Amino acid sequence: MLPAPLLNTMAALLTLAIFSFLYKDNAFYKFAEYLFVGIAAGYVVALEYHNVIIPNLWRPLLAGDFKLLVPFVLGVLLFSRFTSSFGWLSRWAIGLMVGTFSGLAIIGFAQGDLVAQVQANMLPLKTETLLGTFSNWVILIGLLTSLVYFFFSKEHKGVLGASAKLGIWFLMVSFGASYGFTVMARFSLLIGRLLFLLVDWPASFGFHWLH
Amino acid sequence: MKKELPLLITAIFGSFMVIDYFVPHPAVSAVGETLQQWAIIVISFSYVLGVANIARINGEKISKRSRDWPFALPLLAGLAFMLGVGIFGGIGQGTLFNDFYIYAYTPMSGTMFSLLAFFIASAAFRSFRVRTVEAALLAAAAIIVMLGRVPVGAEIWDKIPAISDWINNVPQMAAKRAILIGAALGAISTGLKVILGLERNYLGGE
Amino acid sequence: MEKLDRRYIFLVILLVVLVPLIAPVGLPVRVSREVQSAYDAVAGVPDGSKVYFAADYDPSTMPELHPMALATLDHLFSKNCKVIGACLWPGGPPLLEDALRRIGELRFGKKYGVDFVNLGYKPGNEVVMVSVGRSIPATFPADFYGTPIEKLEIMKGVENLDDVSMIVNISAGYPGTKEWVQQVQSRYHVSIASGCTAVSAPEYYPYFQSGQLAGLLGGLSGAAEYEKLVGKPGTATRGMDAQSLGHLVIIAFIILGNIFYFASKKKAP
Repeated sequence: MLPAPLLNTMAALLTLAIFSFLYKDNAFYKFAEYLFVGIAAGYVVALEYHNVIIPNLWRPLLAGDFKLLVPFVLGVLLFSRFTSSFGWLSRWAIGLMVGTFSGLAIIGFAQGDLVAQVQANMLPLKTETLLGTFSNWVILIGLLTSLVYFFFSKEHKGVLGASAKLGIWFLMVSFGASYGFTVMARFSLLIGRLLFLLVDWPASFGFHWLH
Repeated sequence: MKKELPLLITAIFGSFMVIDYFVPHPAVSAVGETLQQWAIIVISFSYVLGVANIARINGEKISKRSRDWPFALPLLAGLAFMLGVGIFGGIGQGTLFNDFYIYAYTPMSGTMFSLLAFFIASAAFRSFRVRTVEAALLAAAAIIVMLGRVPVGAEIWDKIPAISDWINNVPQMAAKRAILIGAALGAISTGLKVILGLERNYLGGE
Repeated sequence: MEKLDRRYIFLVILLVVLVPLIAPVGLPVRVSREVQSAYDAVAGVPDGSKVYFAADYDPSTMPELHPMALATLDHLFSKNCKVIGACLWPGGPPLLEDALRRIGELRFGKKYGVDFVNLGYKPGNEVVMVSVGRSIPATFPADFYGTPIEKLEIMKGVENLDDVSMIVNISAGYPGTKEWVQQVQSRYHVSIASGCTAVSAPEYYPYFQSGQLAGLLGGLSGAAEYEKLVGKPGTATRGMDAQSLGHLVIIAFIILGNIFYFASKKKAP
């Protein structure tokens, strides 16, 4: 294992190289950017080899599960995309993946989103507290008017138009909340990197100046 | 073979995923399990394909001396290094592979995304304009939620966290639910179109 | 003022985050209903039971989600739960390993293979989720290190998600919380508590309200709240002062940006 101060310094230099983009695009940033892509790509293939190809394909094949030759051949045929004459062979594997995901999406969205969410909105319109009652009415009106906004088969005029307008207001509130959460997310990531530069990097040299 | 067989494969796999949910018979479950294991293996090959493509494109960049070609060298070097140490040296804690994951991959990945904090601040100052009632609603909700989610909000006014929670759990939730329901309807119809062969863009050209 | 070089704004942001990290104030963290609910869901799991820990994140969201993983694992191990960890994001397994070793092994003295296991990564997103609900050994025939799972004591008697008491999901996006709810909660009716990035959190409130999620931790503040509940303040709590000041500055930028905009509009003919 390489010494911790060396490894942490490498991490710090790569961090600063990427931060240098904030001043302007430069060769250090580009170097780090390209290196990151290369390391990430190599990491993924090594992980696929150890965590999928060996345990899920190679070992069972050697143990006699020859049905696995089907996905193996389909997987290899994916690489036919690199040729111009035989690229169509990769469509078989693509069809398998797309079909599987489409089927699961139908069930997942229907059961997990559509049915469950409509069911969850069947709320009592009178509760024990005034706030509870008001909130349930807001949820009901908010859901219906927001759905009306997305109904484009009829022109948004009259009652439909007014409902759609109210729906936009609910959507704007939700986008505002999303913006607030997004700001929090972005700052969290910056806090994480600065904590590494301030705490972990000096600590690797035995310098604990922040507690 | 070129179009019909892939469409048939899509239809078979897609239909079976749906049938598998509704029919609890062991025979159906056994076939479902097999198909899902096959899908996992094929998907893993697709990741390898993606990386092979990255290597191919950057190799061409170097051979053709395209723009920024010198930077393709550290890319390919990094790829080969991680691949080599990972496959031959193992991937667990204490390996060179894990060291470069922690001290190269992790900091670069984290820092790339942390740049967004600066850009969101710049956009807040230069682009966030409250010109309409709708924009004002968006801004108001954003400000209340931003204050409500952090400790300083309660220090400014002790009701802010409660108002922020109410916004998140009531009007915001209602609108997001509407989006969820709308998206679900769209996803179901798209899934059906793909399985029935009406949607074929994923096959690419001729 | 609107044409201000954005690098000055970058400098302000850097200082705004740096200063509270160096000189923290320590403002109290308040626990929200959805985080309390997640804590109660984990607390309600019988001591010693097996829990599936879905670590669906990678280094790009580590500052937000790793503290969540550490805090929830602390809670689980304090109840002597057995943790079966797995990842759907390729960048996840080493982070999961770090969290399990740091909390399970170093803090609680737990043993790999007996009290916790890292099953590693599988590609396939929803396919893996449904497959795990049917058969964990078929989906994960070996752990992250390649050890066949029949050799691991913790996996004895664990065939599928019926054999775990709940799922704790730490999610960075797709695949993650939404897919676990759609594919697993709706199909197998397992209790799911989720921690997610702040970006995704708003869209999961409908799942919390419907009961499809037992609890929801949103972003760094969610992590800080959970740290408070388990009584072990960590990185998330440490970052909340910087978060507070950062939010105030963004609000100031929005207000100032609009003031300058409307002022310049008034001046122009």
